[in-house]
Amino acid sequence: MNPAIQMKAITKTFPGVLANDKIDFVVEKGETHGLLGENGAGKTVLMSVLYGLYQPDEGQIYVNGKEVKMDSPATAIRLGIGMVHQHFMLVPSLTVAENIILGREPAKDKVLLDMDRTLREVKASCERYNLEVDLKAAIYALPVGLQQRVEILKILYRGTDILILDEPTSVLTPQEVSELFKAVRALKEQGKTVIFISHKLREVLSICDKITVLKRGKVVGTVRGKDTNLGELAKMMVGREVIYKFDKRPMDGREVVLKVEGLKALDERGLPALKGIDFEICASEILGIAGVEGNGQTELVETLTGLRKATEGKILLNNTDITRASPYERIRSGISHVPEDRYKRGLISDFSVMENLILGSHNRPPFAKWGGRLDLGETSKYTQKLINDFSIKTQSEDTPTRHLSGGTQQRVILAREISREPKLIIASQPTRGLDVGATEFVRSKLVEMRDHGCAVLLVSADLDEIWALSDRIAVMYEGKIAAIRDPQKTTEEELGLLMAGGKSG
Amino acid sequence: MEAQGVATSKIRSWLKSGLERAYPQIIAILLAFLVGAVVLVATGHSPQDAYIAMLSGAFGDKYGIGQTFTQATPIIFTALAFLFAFKCGLFNIGAEGQLIVGALAAALAGISFGDVPAFIHIPMALLAGALAGGLWGLMPAILKTRLGAHEVITTMMLSYVATYLTSYMVNYPFKAPGWVAQTVPIAASAELPRILSPTQLSASIFIAVAFAGLIFYCLQRTAFGYAVRATGLNPPAAESGGINVKREMILALVISGAIAGLGGAGEVLGVHRRFIDGFSPGYGWDGLAVALVGGLHPIGVILAAILFGALRSGGMTMTRATGVPLDIVTILQALVVLFVTAPMLIRYLVRRGRYRG
Amino acid sequence: MNLLDIINVGLFAGGLRMATPIVFASLGGIFSERVGIINVGLEGMMLTSAFSGVAISFFTGNPWLGVLVAVLAGGLLGLLHALLTVKFIGNQIVSGTGINIFALGFTAYMSQVIWGSRGASEIVQGLKPVSIPLLKDIPIIGEIVGTHTPLVYIMLIITVVCYIILFRTPFGLRIRAVGEHPAASDTAGVNVFKMKYLCVMLSGMLAGLGGVFLSLGHLSLFTWGMTGGRGFIALAAMIFGKWMPFGAFGASLLFGFADALQMRLQSLGLLPPQIILTIPYIITIAVLAGVGGRATPPSDYKPYTKE
Repeated sequence: MNPAIQMKAITKTFPGVLANDKIDFVVEKGETHGLLGENGAGKTVLMSVLYGLYQPDEGQIYVNGKEVKMDSPATAIRLGIGMVHQHFMLVPSLTVAENIILGREPAKDKVLLDMDRTLREVKASCERYNLEVDLKAAIYALPVGLQQRVEILKILYRGTDILILDEPTSVLTPQEVSELFKAVRALKEQGKTVIFISHKLREVLSICDKITVLKRGKVVGTVRGKDTNLGELAKMMVGREVIYKFDKRPMDGREVVLKVEGLKALDERGLPALKGIDFEICASEILGIAGVEGNGQTELVETLTGLRKATEGKILLNNTDITRASPYERIRSGISHVPEDRYKRGLISDFSVMENLILGSHNRPPFAKWGGRLDLGETSKYTQKLINDFSIKTQSEDTPTRHLSGGTQQRVILAREISREPKLIIASQPTRGLDVGATEFVRSKLVEMRDHGCAVLLVSADLDEIWALSDRIAVMYEGKIAAIRDPQKTTEEELGLLMAGGKSG
Repeated sequence: MEAQGVATSKIRSWLKSGLERAYPQIIAILLAFLVGAVVLVATGHSPQDAYIAMLSGAFGDKYGIGQTFTQATPIIFTALAFLFAFKCGLFNIGAEGQLIVGALAAALAGISFGDVPAFIHIPMALLAGALAGGLWGLMPAILKTRLGAHEVITTMMLSYVATYLTSYMVNYPFKAPGWVAQTVPIAASAELPRILSPTQLSASIFIAVAFAGLIFYCLQRTAFGYAVRATGLNPPAAESGGINVKREMILALVISGAIAGLGGAGEVLGVHRRFIDGFSPGYGWDGLAVALVGGLHPIGVILAAILFGALRSGGMTMTRATGVPLDIVTILQALVVLFVTAPMLIRYLVRRGRYRG
Repeated sequence: MNLLDIINVGLFAGGLRMATPIVFASLGGIFSERVGIINVGLEGMMLTSAFSGVAISFFTGNPWLGVLVAVLAGGLLGLLHALLTVKFIGNQIVSGTGINIFALGFTAYMSQVIWGSRGASEIVQGLKPVSIPLLKDIPIIGEIVGTHTPLVYIMLIITVVCYIILFRTPFGLRIRAVGEHPAASDTAGVNVFKMKYLCVMLSGMLAGLGGVFLSLGHLSLFTWGMTGGRGFIALAAMIFGKWMPFGAFGASLLFGFADALQMRLQSLGLLPPQIILTIPYIITIAVLAGVGGRATPPSDYKPYTKE
């Protein structure tokens, strides 16, 4: 019997990166197959090649035994392959039904959209696969878990037999994850083949029949889920024991650096995003904000940094009220910010490393004299020092930052924000998209800041990261702090429950 | 002897790097002239005759050279105006209107205040022009930052308003006796001296070149310029870095309008010595093309402005000598803009050219 | 002279008439922007089409042939804009501005070549107005709507057709998806680039209809720069109408009314002509000021590249 998918010797390079290195990958029909690896191991690239988004430099693809040239998603779709991406490919202002039929719209007399037929057919799918959702709702109004259902319905509508799920659980609460697993099992019962891309060992182990591990673009091995365990998989994935514990100096001083009282704010649409936030952070403390994305974390960070106006409440920095202060004033008062989107807010990609390093201090001594003239000599000296201290890998200080790798760019941002010697540093998703080395560097620097007396607010969707770094963990749910816990005294189950809005004992 | 060698090799490498940077623009110019030649041939004219007439008209004699640089001067101003706003991420396509109101304001300042000594009167009139232009930039700036109105449309609309409003002014309240829609001449104390008689070339060109250097210095070497550029390249990141994005945008548009207004003032004080309805044959549009062709760099802008000035002054000779309509100049300018729009296009054409040849 | 000399049925008829070019151009703007391409070149496309229509009518005596060629000319410039911005990833505003400058120069140049004058062409065979029986006999409404150049009625029909296309056909669904989220459309199997090309060309063709109305449908000749900024006013109408066909239609009626009012005031000589001429532009600015920030565009207009 031919395997559903066979990829032979697939090689794919991007400028400076060998993403897939002669990969062999086989998936049998009806199998739930996990593709496991760290961030940057090449999993998404491999599946993008399978789905026709990228062309491989070398190698062949066989679907149901026949060799295929996968030149576009349209071809993949025609062959029964569907992909649910990590970042949803849904058009926000269109309805669920419209998103599902996009590209394969049923038409009356070949001209007008036949929405009645659409609704009928999609409703049937919903029932068969346990994926209920309001077909007339607009996407932007749906929570993330439901949006994912729409994505799955979308590919099922096209008669997909082979489903590729790319990091499907990264945006879900633990409860939503079990709903998803129920749906995956229903799909398996109906004879569908599922490829499950993830870096989450536990999930892959629990749902997959077979698991293929990728490391740095190469296949490490393929094992049966039943025949292996967490430790073995972790070793295959990383090649060494993964250290998730950091040695932190115990906290001493009790000086409160940041105090937030009754903070309220609206989101982009004018709807309440923060509904009354209260917390404190002391010097030499890391407060981790845990929670599924979209519960107000972004708005909280923006309100604290001055990029968003608070509608009610107070923000006090060392007892000074900064609620109405501008971003500039907050920087001067000692707040540093590592933004969650480094391309949008962190760096000006056409500016050089040097120019980016002085952003925020560009109009003050020693970089600017007499209210205007830039002192290039001083700026250059400062840049060289930071390049050394933070091991910033760049050809020269004049290289535009768009030419640097993600990890190096994050180092530039960290260098800039940390060397201002802030009283409070707000780090938002600081290790997103970084490889292991860069991730460890960022985390160790944050701990270093904390040890030297800085207060750190860490917002991360990566629960492991929150766990490892935080002195206290605050869970955010629907614009409020649901609870604050000591990591030594709580469990992942309790946090998961709080993240999903449940109340704990 | 050695110092001389070092100096010439430095100049040579500086020229070489300049040429490397400018090669897409240079090819765009050549392609524009090529397509222009096609248009000429298709309408029964000889490209050689037309282009040669243009060249000789522009640089052939003292009068031609004077005209070329005279025409180039206001274009430098409008190009700088567009450039400055562009560096802040804004599209000021109303430089024509800002130039015109600046011209009228300078004319009025030049006419009133008859007994003031020149070293006060000239700066005063220039300032009036800059202020008027700045006002014409302030309006779209506030509309954009306070009300979100896109500056492409508002600057364009205000340009029309400026044209009609000044036309009204000079046809009714400030009209000089006679048939022509123009004001009375400005006082002698407000006149910018001519520097190449008998041509119209005035000291205004010195001001233009000085401002080109000033703008470049401001953008590259001051904290303010840094903030302007940061805002233009990535407003959210600039905001995170404490820059007041709205304030920078307002300043950029006001300065942009002021520069254009200054250019208009220069025309009135140096060339025409009065405000004439319709005196600008489209310097605002030239400025846009020149800013782009000049690669948004002060030296490039000056060189490109000279080119366009040559097109305008040579164009008049060409029309007289060959009968080719003057509008071929506008067509050439448009072609240059279109070819310069897409750097990828130039690279694509060059690659295809290499395949064939 | 009293108010009735200024505001009467004729003014409203004139308003509908002068709204026509703006409606066409703003509909064109909608198709282009909804697919993610800003088109400030509408002005130039209108002007070139206005000229082309008159030129063809001059040589053939057939105004409808002129209309056809005008539409094609607009489509051609649309194709140019699409090439520069989609294939060659050029700056959309610069490309549009280049097209505008080109139109000004080219039409003036060709005017000179054909008629020996860059200011105005000769009078040509224009489109004759038609009267709709029954409709024209209704009091008041009949006077406003009953008798017009055919292009006005075509405009009304096309507005409805555009709505139907955009919201009731697969093609329209794809247009809306491509502008808002090209990556999602791509993975759904929609040819993003083809959609962009088609819609930008369509926008040029619609602008062409607007332009040829000004020349053949209204004056039966071509004058230098006769579009007078209407391409930009159409963009304002599009924004004010929130990128919806009926919204743009309504906004264009407002601007058309302002245009007709300006002409009426000029003919009555109440104010100096130059002051009156500023009215449409000031109204456009006022409208934009009123609506500008609250209008969310249908796209972020970033060029789409397949990695």
